[in-house]
Amino acid sequence: MTKQGPQNTERSARLTEALASRILVLDGAMGTMIQSFNLGEADFRGERFADWPQDLKGNNDLLSLVRPDIIGDIHRQFLAAGADVIGTNSFNATQTSQADYGMADFADEINLAAARIARQAADAQTQKTPERPRFVAGAIGPTNKTTSLSPDVNDPGMRAITFDQLRDDYRQAARQLIEGGADLLLIETIFDTLNAKAAIYAVSECFDDIGYELPVMISGTITDLAGRTLSGQTVAAFWNSVRHARPISVGLNCSFGGRHLQPHVAELARIADTAVSCYPNAGLPNEFGEYDEAPLDTAAVLGELATDGMVNIVGGCCGTTPDHIRALAERVKGVTPRILPEIKPALRLSGLEPFELAS
Amino acid sequence: MIPTFINIGERTNVTGSAKFRKLIEAQDYEAAIDVARAQVENGAQIIDVNMDEGMLDSEAAMTRFLNLIASEPDIARVPVMIDSSKWSVIEAGLKCVQGKAIVNSISLKEGEAPFLSQAKKIMRYGAAAVVMAFNEQGQAATAEEKFSFCKRSYDLLVGEIGFPPEDIIFDPNIFAVATGIDEHNDYAVAFIDAVRRIKGELPHARVSGGLSNISFSFRGNNAVREAMHSAFLYRAIPAGLDMAIVNAGQLAIYEDIPGELLERVEDVLLNRRDDATDRLLEIADKYRGDGAVAKQKNLVWRDGDVAARIEYALINGINEFIVADTEEARLSVERPLHVIEGPLMDGMNTVGELFGAGKMFLPQVVKSARVMKQAVAHLTPFMDAEKQAAGDQSRSAGKILMATVKGDVHDIGKNIVGVVLQCNNFEIIDLGVMVPAAQILEQARAQGADMIGLSGLITPSLDEMCMVAAEMQRGGMDLPLLIGGATTSKIHTAVKIAPNYDGPIAYVTDASKAVGVAGRLLSQDSGETFARELRGEYDGLRVSHAASRREANFANLAQARANKATIEWSGYAPPKPSFLGVRTLEGYNLEELAGAIDWTPFFRSWDLAGRYPNILTDNKVGEAATSVFKDAQVMLEKIIAEKWLRPKAVFGFWPANTVDDDDIQLYADEGRTETLSVIHTLRQQMMRTNTRANYALADFIAPQELGTSDYLGGFVVSAGEGADEAAAEFEAAGNDYDAIMVKALADRLAEAFAERLHQRVRTEFWGYAPDEQLNNDALISESYCGIRPAPGYPACPDHTEKGTLFSLLNVTDRIGVKLTENYAMWPAATVSGFYFAHPQARYFGVGKIERDQVEDYARRKGLDLSEVERWLAPNLNYTPLATTV
Repeated sequence: MTKQGPQNTERSARLTEALASRILVLDGAMGTMIQSFNLGEADFRGERFADWPQDLKGNNDLLSLVRPDIIGDIHRQFLAAGADVIGTNSFNATQTSQADYGMADFADEINLAAARIARQAADAQTQKTPERPRFVAGAIGPTNKTTSLSPDVNDPGMRAITFDQLRDDYRQAARQLIEGGADLLLIETIFDTLNAKAAIYAVSECFDDIGYELPVMISGTITDLAGRTLSGQTVAAFWNSVRHARPISVGLNCSFGGRHLQPHVAELARIADTAVSCYPNAGLPNEFGEYDEAPLDTAAVLGELATDGMVNIVGGCCGTTPDHIRALAERVKGVTPRILPEIKPALRLSGLEPFELAS
Repeated sequence: MIPTFINIGERTNVTGSAKFRKLIEAQDYEAAIDVARAQVENGAQIIDVNMDEGMLDSEAAMTRFLNLIASEPDIARVPVMIDSSKWSVIEAGLKCVQGKAIVNSISLKEGEAPFLSQAKKIMRYGAAAVVMAFNEQGQAATAEEKFSFCKRSYDLLVGEIGFPPEDIIFDPNIFAVATGIDEHNDYAVAFIDAVRRIKGELPHARVSGGLSNISFSFRGNNAVREAMHSAFLYRAIPAGLDMAIVNAGQLAIYEDIPGELLERVEDVLLNRRDDATDRLLEIADKYRGDGAVAKQKNLVWRDGDVAARIEYALINGINEFIVADTEEARLSVERPLHVIEGPLMDGMNTVGELFGAGKMFLPQVVKSARVMKQAVAHLTPFMDAEKQAAGDQSRSAGKILMATVKGDVHDIGKNIVGVVLQCNNFEIIDLGVMVPAAQILEQARAQGADMIGLSGLITPSLDEMCMVAAEMQRGGMDLPLLIGGATTSKIHTAVKIAPNYDGPIAYVTDASKAVGVAGRLLSQDSGETFARELRGEYDGLRVSHAASRREANFANLAQARANKATIEWSGYAPPKPSFLGVRTLEGYNLEELAGAIDWTPFFRSWDLAGRYPNILTDNKVGEAATSVFKDAQVMLEKIIAEKWLRPKAVFGFWPANTVDDDDIQLYADEGRTETLSVIHTLRQQMMRTNTRANYALADFIAPQELGTSDYLGGFVVSAGEGADEAAAEFEAAGNDYDAIMVKALADRLAEAFAERLHQRVRTEFWGYAPDEQLNNDALISESYCGIRPAPGYPACPDHTEKGTLFSLLNVTDRIGVKLTENYAMWPAATVSGFYFAHPQARYFGVGKIERDQVEDYARRKGLDLSEVERWLAPNLNYTPLATTV
């Protein structure tokens, strides 16, 4: 499986080099940036879906088809602000999530388009600064279903989706993202580790299909200050559950602001023998549901993690703007990236909590 | 803790446990889950799940069981061993676990190709694997075979497909010894030798085994079997055995095995004599019997001296022996007070330290206090007798007078703070709820209080606290004043309360902070300094608050109204309720309500942070949460069985239309000519730069000028009648823990009642969503159509609207719930609100509002501006001209 693919693999080799030499900067939020365009139902439909029977407003992923100009513009803003890696606009582009809009059949097309738009934007920026290539991460979101939790309290054994359905869905998505030019895949905002495990399985199948491998980034999200995922795992249990993907990085995103993520990122930094990433929301939503952490504050919090040698990759999630990324890029410039710890091999398992058998 | 040897239980293994098999065959999954839970509670670090039984659909049973235990945080916290001889069952199991599991097992039995294909899939699923010492010909029996089969497997796994060696666990086959067949005599030795070689030569690999096989020949003689198991492990673990599938109840303690039995067992295991089997058989019958040591309650702590016992009872909240122990302690000292100052205070100090260090949690501390109170209650008569003879010499850290302020009835938080302070040697004078300022001052003087603590939950209480502070100033007091309660805050204390009073003022966030703050304020040496520091801090807050006071971007009332919620009324026919007017429900079924409880806020009332059910397994507070939750279940059962509470509801629907943008007119009948009452609503005034509206509740009712017949509902539900009596009984018995518990549960039941009634209104009484099918989580997350905003909450912040609601529903006459002068509902476990049915109706926060709206609102309500400003103080985006205090 070491067969070389087309340009993707060359670029991913450069990514690995870059990761060893500096702290890489991810882009900021796609969703909240799209919101700022105040698009209405008609914008989401465009001409192509003018007669679609369901409401489409809010289907951000669809914009890659109907308003590629907006998505490209957001990518360019983040690249200009200093992002090394941009995520494709495909967070909900699985069949599972698109089914909400009756658009499962368009998932492939959306993923492909999302990757192409990002590819174009990244290449244009790379041409300007060839010494600092920019990369495209094919974003694979958690979907709106959970494989570990029942949607029905009266039947805790029930599941709204099976591992196999989700795996097949992710396999398609990964294939299209790579086809469209992704340099790496980003399994992100993981709230249910079993969903992520389906994605990991799917991605490895996809690599079999295409005959070469690309780097994989993994990023979970925690839902309470005690540091558990929605499905109940601690950060260490989560890492034990996904380490088999041999990701180039593992980290946390979304959740609350960076300040509250710090201890949990530090925990990952201690136990993970791979790069560590952190791209939090711009603070907690205020009473109006808006994120209002100032760019310098976000940069300061992540900058602390960087200076403390806790991270290799930083960026932003909900509410972060090009200004946040600019401040962040400025702040981590020249800061030595975290040195990967040497972790002794041991039998490490997990339930909701981690388990390690002493050697 | 990183363990060094793992017992893997076999209770959830249909081949290892007949009981479990029967449960699964009978599809009694609930009981089957209990088996798994008991196993984890008893310390299993991994649970083995096996569904290999001919009559079962093993794939389905594995999936079902693993999905079910995934929903049980107390079980799911440990990893699973997915145990089957069928690959399809293993794969079904791997698709259900979010954690990293162990597959048990794969082997070379069918050849290299299927072995490696399965191993690759295991890597993709992310699991470790038990590899049996098998090859295409069969199982390995000798040490040499065992090792060579394992080495071949290892080389294939690690060398060919890159399987992580640390994720390989070899099972080199434990076979029965003492079978009477000579070839079997060396099986135990062979296993132990193989273990040693595997660990020495195959880096990072682990070794496991199925222990009960070794003693198979002695079925029915548990004493001998247990001795064999222990003696075997005693030899195999040092050789490198990492884990074994063991029935933990079938293990003797090695040191406890009688010498004779041990010697003969070891002769067999180590193959030390040719006649070893015969010699073990000779004596085996002597040891027959179940061999189990009767389990008894762990009462070792009772062996300590009386001080140690008292301390243990306090820390662990055990009140079973406390009176006897206290009496014993009393007889051993000169004066009863010495028991309090000695062992009891020592114990409570330890509790205080553990609480301060975050090693004990509130429910545990309250239990400790219960034990303490019972001990003190036992001593009190002796001390009284003594006091009569001599002068009082009691020595407390300080006397604190506590009260929930006038107009407010909420006291759970205050009671908790009181208990915690008592644990720390403060004397508490609790004046209860709805206490007027005058009474607080009078009692503080009469009882010689060292400090006053005010509590409140509803927003008007904030003003009442300002009032008390001003009265204290006027009365020339200089006692420190503590402020606490759900709606209080440091900023409010600094900006609104502190300017009224020159004495020391401190805001405390919760019970754990109260002790430190009270202690420092009353300190002889540093009290004044601390008070000055606080004063400085609050002055600073006030200054910076004044600077940031006006939020710049506000719409005037006309602009805000122009940006009201856009609702397309023309195509909408409001559903008509099944009846108009008012109805009462009495004696509502408690069991139905108990099932609908949202537990997360329950833990919050105990100062335990986290979401239910995850909180039960939380690293930090899980233990405390589980304990208080269990106690809650026990009490809930009693509440239901003995009908402690009598839930009642009154609700109604009226023809309604919105007039002049923000008011909802209610009519006596469908003629819509006679106005019954008017509900006044407030509108958001923050400047919108996006498409969002400036909401007011009136937006969700059809405007009068359209001629559309719309409706509004209203309700008051109460679970509380009976709760206060029960709490008072507990308090009288010195049992604050249960007093707080019953109130907290009554609150939850009232909330559940509100949720349940709303559901019935949607599907039945109003009936606009007859087909709604929602489970409890969906209800808690409010993913239904329509809203039930309550006066005094963000969408409708004016408490006085509760007065209108109460008279519309004739609440007090119908179900006995009353309103205080500050519009708190009594009994406290009561919930009220309005019903809006429109699909676009949503919750929102009115937020800050401007003077133009407040003036308009005062005019509409026919009240003085200053009075409206007082009720809406938390929402004003300006400083009123006349301060009310």
